[in-house]
Amino acid sequence: MDSYYKAEHLTNFAEIGEGNDQLARKFFDYYGAVFADGALTAREKALIALAVAHAVQCPYCIDAYSTDCLKQGADLEEMTEAVHVATAIRGGASLVHGLQMLEHVTRASM
Amino acid sequence: MSDAAYRGVVDAAVLHELARPEAGPRPTTSLAARRSPLAEPKRQIAALEAVDLSGKAFDGDFDAALSACGAAPLAAAAVEILQINLGKLCNMTCRHCHVDAGPDRWREVMDRATVDACLAALDRTAAHTVDLTGGAPELNPNFRYLVDQCVARGKHVIDRCNLTVLLLTRHRDLPEFLAERGVEVVCSLPHFRRRNTDAQRGGGAFEKSIQALRRLNRVGYGAGDPDRVLTVMVNPAGAVLTGDQCSMERDWRRGLERDHGVTFDRLIALNNMPIARFLEWLQDSGNLDGYMELLTASFNPATVAGLMCRNTLSVSWDGRVYDCDFNQMLELESRLDGVTGVHVSELDPATLEGRAVVTGRHCFGCTAGAGSSCGGALHDTSD
Repeated sequence: MDSYYKAEHLTNFAEIGEGNDQLARKFFDYYGAVFADGALTAREKALIALAVAHAVQCPYCIDAYSTDCLKQGADLEEMTEAVHVATAIRGGASLVHGLQMLEHVTRASM
Repeated sequence: MSDAAYRGVVDAAVLHELARPEAGPRPTTSLAARRSPLAEPKRQIAALEAVDLSGKAFDGDFDAALSACGAAPLAAAAVEILQINLGKLCNMTCRHCHVDAGPDRWREVMDRATVDACLAALDRTAAHTVDLTGGAPELNPNFRYLVDQCVARGKHVIDRCNLTVLLLTRHRDLPEFLAERGVEVVCSLPHFRRRNTDAQRGGGAFEKSIQALRRLNRVGYGAGDPDRVLTVMVNPAGAVLTGDQCSMERDWRRGLERDHGVTFDRLIALNNMPIARFLEWLQDSGNLDGYMELLTASFNPATVAGLMCRNTLSVSWDGRVYDCDFNQMLELESRLDGVTGVHVSELDPATLEGRAVVTGRHCFGCTAGAGSSCGGALHDTSD
């Protein structure tokens, strides 16, 4: 393997069905159903997906949902705020563990 | 232009107002004003043909795409909508304009004789709707005459309005005029927030559009009254396809009402056509090849039956006849009984139904994704 993260893997995603077509089909059907217009609009779901893409640091997802956000009518300001939400939760997730550290230190210190 | 030498259709005083910067946001100038080679329709067609789409969907051949779904040749049905382009004059110069309209295009405006020829042609067809477009159709001095004539004939009239034109001194009474006659206003608003609206239509366009929408709301538009229909027309600010029309309608409705107290009746989402200034932007931003690939790869056979070219006839400011407004801008005239170059005054309605629609690569713009064309995307009728 000469390189990781090839851009064409995104367009060829469906090839994952090669090893197990049935599971792939179930996954893609589920995926499609998740993103259908529902209580949340397609634009709102695209913004959530963009935030999650940044949290899981998936370049394919960032690529796909930057495009989808624009397509579904999100603008740069909304998309930037979504990325900051992901960043805040990631940072907060680290920082809130600080209380465990604090408890430990309090217990062990004079 | 000197006022003394002016012998055109539009009153010199109107042009004087248009010349002032506050008459409309102008993020760019027309290709024509810049004498850009791309102002020439043949150069635009050549630029589209020059994109290498071999090995891509249908090898980039629209007729091959039609053949693949059994729809070739594309035949027109009976004319239901007469779309009249009243001219290329506009107070704005939006960056995506497929007409290359602007305040400098005052020579290309429909005169009264041609307006009357359109009305005579209308009387010879069974069209139930007259769709007025431009440029800004309201800037044509014959606009109100034409609306009144169509209303007197019992036709449904559509005004494709850029909104900011309603703020010009001479047009402040237009909302009342349109409301009293039951004219449907189809207004361009690319986004319910400022950023993407101003990116496409120029700084300040959003603010002015909201002001104009409030005026339309005040005279009864956008409140569910079938005689005061306010339709918002949306297109993406960039090289992406338009999204889910029904979903966007919910976002737009909520956003405009919450942030601005503005209401509307329905939303139509359109793809941008790779013509004129949007084509120029695609070229300059390095997006042309990718956009054409996207359009061809997104060909959706389900859009073909509802394409506007199948039930619309489009007339240009100088009275020539086309299958749609996009063909008009590319100067691809309708072929009627094997003849092109037919003037609206000589139009024989018997030659319209069943005619083969003139097609080209740009047609992929109307068949991509959920579909586009002036009627907007397909509706999911299951819900």
